[in-house]
Amino acid sequence: MTADYKLRYAPEADRLKAAASWRPPEVAFWLLAVAAYFLLPRHLVLLSRVAVMGLFALSLDLILGYAGIISLGHAAFFGLGGYAAGILAQHGWGEPLSGLVVGGLVAALLGFATSFLVLRGSDLTRLMVTLGICLMLFEVANKIRWLTGGADGLQGISLWPILGIWSFDLYGRTAYGYSIIVLFLIFLLARRVIHSPYGLALRGIKENERRMHALGTPVVRRLVVAYTMAAGMAGLAGALLTQTTQFVSLDVLSFGKSAEVLLILVLGGSGTLYGGLIGSLALIVAQYLLSGISPEYWQFWIGIAFIALVFLARGGLMGLAQGALALLHARWHGRETPSRG
Amino acid sequence: MLTVLFDGIASGALLFLLALGLSITLGIMNFVNLAHGAFAMSGGYVAVVLLNRWGVPFLYCLPVAFVVPALAGVVLERTLYVRLYNANPLDQVLFTIGIVFASMATASYFMGSQHQIIQVPPFLHGQFHVLAGFDIGIYRLFLLGLCGLIALFLHLVLMRTRFGSQLRAAVDNGRIARGLGINVNRLFAITFGMGSGLAGLGGALGIEILNLDPVFPVKFLVYFLIVVAVGGTGTVSGPLAAALILGIFDVAGKYYISQIGAFIIYAVMIVVLIWRPQGLFGRRAVH
Amino acid sequence: MAVVLETRNLMKHFGALAVANDVSLTVEQGARHALIGPNGAGKTTLVNLLTGALAPNAGHVILEGVDITGEPQHRRVARGLARTFQVNQLFPGMTPLESVALSVAQQRGATGHWWPRLARDGEAINEAAELLDRLRLLDCAHKPTKTLPYGRQRMLEIALALALHPRVLLLDEPAAGVPEDESVELYASLAELPQTVAVLLIEHDMDLVFRFARHITVLVAGSILVEGSPEEISADARVREVYLGEADHG
Repeated sequence: MTADYKLRYAPEADRLKAAASWRPPEVAFWLLAVAAYFLLPRHLVLLSRVAVMGLFALSLDLILGYAGIISLGHAAFFGLGGYAAGILAQHGWGEPLSGLVVGGLVAALLGFATSFLVLRGSDLTRLMVTLGICLMLFEVANKIRWLTGGADGLQGISLWPILGIWSFDLYGRTAYGYSIIVLFLIFLLARRVIHSPYGLALRGIKENERRMHALGTPVVRRLVVAYTMAAGMAGLAGALLTQTTQFVSLDVLSFGKSAEVLLILVLGGSGTLYGGLIGSLALIVAQYLLSGISPEYWQFWIGIAFIALVFLARGGLMGLAQGALALLHARWHGRETPSRG
Repeated sequence: MLTVLFDGIASGALLFLLALGLSITLGIMNFVNLAHGAFAMSGGYVAVVLLNRWGVPFLYCLPVAFVVPALAGVVLERTLYVRLYNANPLDQVLFTIGIVFASMATASYFMGSQHQIIQVPPFLHGQFHVLAGFDIGIYRLFLLGLCGLIALFLHLVLMRTRFGSQLRAAVDNGRIARGLGINVNRLFAITFGMGSGLAGLGGALGIEILNLDPVFPVKFLVYFLIVVAVGGTGTVSGPLAAALILGIFDVAGKYYISQIGAFIIYAVMIVVLIWRPQGLFGRRAVH
Repeated sequence: MAVVLETRNLMKHFGALAVANDVSLTVEQGARHALIGPNGAGKTTLVNLLTGALAPNAGHVILEGVDITGEPQHRRVARGLARTFQVNQLFPGMTPLESVALSVAQQRGATGHWWPRLARDGEAINEAAELLDRLRLLDCAHKPTKTLPYGRQRMLEIALALALHPRVLLLDEPAAGVPEDESVELYASLAELPQTVAVLLIEHDMDLVFRFARHITVLVAGSILVEGSPEEISADARVREVYLGEADHG
């Protein structure tokens, strides 16, 4: 083994570096996000929601797409963060950034505390516990209406201007800028984590947990960190939603919310970092375009969407896009079908 | 106090009926059917339609409430579920959530979102006043009796018949069961159908007690999961005991400590998980 | 020769079935030690007991003089005990380079760090690539593991364990399922294992056993039947009987 960093296997190292580097579509995505501020001024409220749900889905991707933990109750952290920020603002402390941090921290704390229950036992108990905790939180929030406003939600949330300069306006300009920046920063963090040795270990745990034990990895410890991080991120998303809409209600803690974020992630494609963002854009835009139809129709087709995703497009939109790109790549290079693997 | 205990037991018996199918599906096919509650709900709505719109007597509704979900279960199992037996858990979760949503939307569309109200036949009204503070509701007694009979019947089928031993073999080791020539596919279809049928029957029986509305499958999902996680798979007695315990705690909790009564089951869930991650009665660790 | 791994009166039973019955085994430094026995003798169970995947009912496991009987798996690996699995336990979606890099990273204690960039860790990548090169896996370093032929997957299985810098290596039937034309490479790689590493090899392939081992332990129904050099074992009547008896049952 050489003592210096001279790479004898430079091609291998380059290959890994290439996989982790920023690619043109990625850059384009974020540029478009910035451009939307100027190009779509009448839809910024909607796009803020896209950013918020995208962040929420990103947090789920960390544990689902990368660590392989299936959660039926991820909304617990989203809702908790949302209420924490909301209650803080309602009681007079309207400073957005600190409210955001509080939301994230409270949710991370819950994530840490419940991680030991969630990570014990099998897939079945995991489903049960994550669902149970979310339902429990919902019931709690419902009961303590003196604090949460119950089914009516929290009223009277008003936020101070961000950094004293940008106040939240009716058109959602500040909201959108705020959401996109927070999303981007957290995204950078998530990206960093995924490309770290820890990120690789998470993938290893998802692919073969038994092997990871035999490699000497303290698996539970690693998963606790992932779960806590994901909870914190979800909490940030929830706080962001509260702050940008100046409202929070029980809906953020519902099973429906947990199912929605799961759909968004799988629709976009889990395990790709961008899946949650793409899925959020797709679903919320679809919801907007189809807002005339009755809730039952919507729910029915959401159900069909879940089923269709499983049988037809497990990789989600990102999977379809990657498949299409591979096809184009092969055609371009003169082969009929892309070689697999 | 005894009334509360009795009500809890009856409630538990109903829960057993509802959740047993889920335990069976998990034990044999290793498939977490989150849509199980949808079959229960469909049985309930079938009974409502028969009773309220067509005037069919209550007792005749019950077999139909069993058969319709059972058939639906067999059809769905043979066409869709069977393709996912070896799929990863996430796919199974997504698929079954999809079925839940589709069924909830269908129920809401055709039946409206309100609680369903039915008239239970007069001979099932009222209660026996046994002691001071101990009333036995007749309907609940009927429920308990019926569930008890079914539990006994199932236990005998499982333990004393050839079909039952094939079932137990398939639970223990599906591959070897197949190697022994057991028609595992037929087994799966029959047991899935039966489990769904039982759930449907439970749904019909529970219309009044549990409040039937389109949100039913989600509302009670966690109850079912707890029964299966605590009671284990592969036996009839495990889920029965778990359901009874849960029923008693739930009813007693809501009665005595009404403020936090609804949380008792969550507390039970957490306590059991901390103590025995593989469930109280699990014959083997659930994958 | 110093003893690097030993068990003392190791017992494990499932109900009435004793899968490890008072097993006292010693593995010496730099050993080429084979563990053989008929199916169901408890060989893999013993490996699981040694690595901590299974807890014994009684007895001790001692690694380099330290009693590790109660320690969890990851602690034992950190002490230098690594294993391979009888059925490949690999990462199907990851490439060999990523898999071995993960193993290297774990050995360096880096898997807890979520800030540094793995692709920038030149030393780790170097080490991983070098190991792949040594085991003749470098040409498929970037193909997903699930696309590799079985023999190469088996080599990757060994690479993962070697990346952990083990002082004691437990190989559970490395030749199992490897087709004839790929086993030559396997044998060669096993022969090239560093002399500083003590190797305990579980095998059915007698060819490999007699070629590789300097010391053989025969395990039957959870107990040690006999131990000795390859010559002694092949001449031992009891061993012949055990295997002849097995041959009778086909």
